[in-house]
Amino acid sequence: MSFFDLKGLLRPLTGLSQFGKNPHTKRMDVLGQDTADRYRGFHYNDLNACIGCGNCSTICMNEAIDMVELAAEFNISQDKGNSGLRPRVDYGRCCWCALCVDVCPTGSLNLTKEYDYVSPDANSFLWTPGVDNPYGKDQLSFTSSVETSLMNFERIPMRELEGTERVKSFAEVVLGYNEEEARAEASRCISCSLCTEVCPDHMHIPEYINAIAKGNDDDALRIIYDNNPLPEMCGKVCTRRCEDVCAIAVRGEAVAIRWLKRYATERAQTSDLIKEIVNPEIQEANGYKVGIIGAGPSGLTAAYYLALRGFDVTVFEAKRFGGGMTMYGIPKYRLPMDSLDKQIGYLQKIGVKINFNTRVGTDITFDEIYKKHDAVFIGIGFEKPWKLGVEGEDLENSIPAVEYLRMINNEEIFDVGKKVVVIGGGNVAIDGARVAARHNAEVTILYRRRVEDMPADWEEIEGAEDEGVHIHPQAIPVRIIADESGKKVKAIEYIEAEMVAEEGARPRPVPIEGSNKIIEVDTIIGAIGQEADYSFISEEYVNKIELNRGRIVTNDQQQTSDAKIFAGGDAVNRTADAISAIADGFRAVKGIEAMLLKTKK
Amino acid sequence: MREKSTTLYLGPQHPGITGNMMVKLQLEGDTIVKATTHVGYLHRAFEKLIERRNWMQSTTILCRFCVPEPDPPEAAFALAVEQIEGREVPERGKYLRSLVLELARIQSFMLWYAGQNGSAGLYTVGQWSVGDRNYVLDLFEELTGGRIYHMYIWPGGVRRDIPEGFEDKVLHTMDYIEKRIDDYDRMMFDSAIFQKRAQGVGIISKEKAMEWGVVGAPLRGCGIGHDVRKDNPYDAYDKLDFQMGIFDGGDVWARAKVRQFEIRQSISMVRQIIQNLPKGDYLNKMPNPMKWTIPAGSAYGKVESVRGEFGFHVVSDGSDKPRRVHARGPAYAHGISLLEDILVGENLADVSFIMNSLGVCPPEIER
Repeated sequence: MSFFDLKGLLRPLTGLSQFGKNPHTKRMDVLGQDTADRYRGFHYNDLNACIGCGNCSTICMNEAIDMVELAAEFNISQDKGNSGLRPRVDYGRCCWCALCVDVCPTGSLNLTKEYDYVSPDANSFLWTPGVDNPYGKDQLSFTSSVETSLMNFERIPMRELEGTERVKSFAEVVLGYNEEEARAEASRCISCSLCTEVCPDHMHIPEYINAIAKGNDDDALRIIYDNNPLPEMCGKVCTRRCEDVCAIAVRGEAVAIRWLKRYATERAQTSDLIKEIVNPEIQEANGYKVGIIGAGPSGLTAAYYLALRGFDVTVFEAKRFGGGMTMYGIPKYRLPMDSLDKQIGYLQKIGVKINFNTRVGTDITFDEIYKKHDAVFIGIGFEKPWKLGVEGEDLENSIPAVEYLRMINNEEIFDVGKKVVVIGGGNVAIDGARVAARHNAEVTILYRRRVEDMPADWEEIEGAEDEGVHIHPQAIPVRIIADESGKKVKAIEYIEAEMVAEEGARPRPVPIEGSNKIIEVDTIIGAIGQEADYSFISEEYVNKIELNRGRIVTNDQQQTSDAKIFAGGDAVNRTADAISAIADGFRAVKGIEAMLLKTKK
Repeated sequence: MREKSTTLYLGPQHPGITGNMMVKLQLEGDTIVKATTHVGYLHRAFEKLIERRNWMQSTTILCRFCVPEPDPPEAAFALAVEQIEGREVPERGKYLRSLVLELARIQSFMLWYAGQNGSAGLYTVGQWSVGDRNYVLDLFEELTGGRIYHMYIWPGGVRRDIPEGFEDKVLHTMDYIEKRIDDYDRMMFDSAIFQKRAQGVGIISKEKAMEWGVVGAPLRGCGIGHDVRKDNPYDAYDKLDFQMGIFDGGDVWARAKVRQFEIRQSISMVRQIIQNLPKGDYLNKMPNPMKWTIPAGSAYGKVESVRGEFGFHVVSDGSDKPRRVHARGPAYAHGISLLEDILVGENLADVSFIMNSLGVCPPEIER
């Protein structure tokens, strides 16, 4: 090339070909002139779909998102499983990475096409998405579907015995997670703590799940024993309201909190091993004596934590074994005997004294307990079944479910025959049905409302159906027909019902006239509810304890109107499940401690 | 008469400097006697920040290592993490990654057109190429939701599948750009002014290039064929047909020729990817990001960026956060030791010109 390279000097003039053409200020025709459908602009949050789990705030590494209380101001529901908090974004920090969108379990938080905002006021860059830009609803762009979300919406399936295999024995149906499954399931949790709020006992759920996810099973057990002394029982049969409010459950399957607790507790296979791992600190004896009536969940909980705090605790139990309803009311295929033995054995090793076969009122008087102890805790549960209120109920072979379950669990014999009808739709009804099915009976459940209205656990209902139990919804028993001898049950007459919507209440079943049907049965098991039996308490004290519709009235520390008497469990709370009973026991410990130790000082 | 020596500070804020850094020049007349680089104006401690973020959060800071080229760091990190964790990437994910990486090369080449010509005083091509580059950024916007920072390549694959009709838009844009770079070439490579400015300027010898770990276009401009995509194929590169641009001379001209050749290769690769895009999953999903742990171990993931080999050495101690992430980019070798050496004896007016030919990215030096 020489300096006088004419071609090289003239070539730049080819640029004149662009003379007069428009500059590139517009997008190419094929792309359209709007921002892209996935554009990552300002946030928009659907305030009603959001549950305030705070996952967006957790993932944001710029700390651009904080959670603010909006419930009162914007009429946001603060139901169970909704914290009432909503994200607020600082656009001075946000980098529009949209991880908050991809980890939002509900899909309420999305990005919009809007990207343009100018203001001289630095504080005005704090936006509460959905509040400050309600119009964002129509401008959604970068969104997250179940497919693109980073959350894992599918639960690790639980291994179970086959339905046909189950009915042959009382072997435990649920097989439990192995280590690998537990780690994988635990890693689905986002630690939002919505579950902790709704758990009656406020168990430290995210903490122990986190420990399991990290492989620290011992830590998990210690965390669990912090406020639940019967966790293996809960791990098998808890009504698990925590899972109903799980943030993952909004768009997927809830984290299997119950099965994870079960996994952590089953790792310690003997009561000695529990003691070795939990290794609780037991305080020096403080000289106070507490008597506890009933070795059910609430009584045992109070006993355990009182014993740890240096109280001299004695439990009085009418039956041969401890556990209360969990021992006698829950079939062994759900909660095996040795599991309860192990847990109660651990409590005894810590120093809880349990006097079995000691019925208060018969073997020992309530007065004696009251006078010998500094405080008394009543955890007697609901043992007396409600009557069906139909003709023929008192015939032989018509038995309340709790009574039937108690006999079976106590290894007594009750022949249900070939055909069984169970009346009711709660967990007790399903238990009764599944136990009868294990005795080769053909079982039908009659329930007055629809299947979806059944208060029983859905897994229990499915389990029963797998085992061949027939559920007949919208059927109300009319009368029980006796055989020729007039002593035994021969058949049951029921009437079909239709559901009538009722304002402000759930639909009501109304009998359809003329739809009466009769089916032949050998046994009828009634399971429509239970109540407490206070006959063991002498009149002097019964009058002191305030009752409300059969339940003992207590303050928030489980103290009854007699300051020395505390109460908990089914006899007090309306939920009638084990975890509420445990929560009652735990609260009572605080109440008893406050009452006794405060007076000491 | 003895010539007097002058000291001149070029940068840190100077249109001729790529990013923010400073070159302290000692001059005799217009000739450089000594050049000293000063960095530290862009230090944001990326490597340290990553240690405090969990694995998922880390993925969103990587793009900030280099603004003109945000995708190679994402890909290198993903490769390293996948190697430690043993996470497979679905075939479609691999192709989409290569697509993004090649589109990133194309837009980065176009930015280079602007810098290389601008620093020679030839502004027209720069105006065109930056304008045309926006069409590639539009594609990124369609695909990832962001124009510059894509946060798109994740360990295990890519973040989203391509939107409907995206393939046609890509092909259409490629046709347009291919036509346009012919215009650039006429204005640039055919121009006597550019030839005069580029030939024999900023020469790197073959030996020095080997010794100092020069990579990318500067290395291939010394006649040495080295490209991570060829030597250690990752993602879909083993299934794509392409060639390295190897030119002799070691000067700015040779480096420009390498890039002129490779932008066309990239366009060809994008077309191949679109034609052969396999069906199936695009992401092998990681566990919940809040609880995502990577087994203890370490790995080096490297990719070919426009500026050369870019890699991350990632160390995990088995927890939910990286123990250490170390970036090895071309900018340190090119922008500090090499630049200081090859500037000696050059003309003051060529400092920016040479710097632009090396591909120096200061934030990557100061990670």
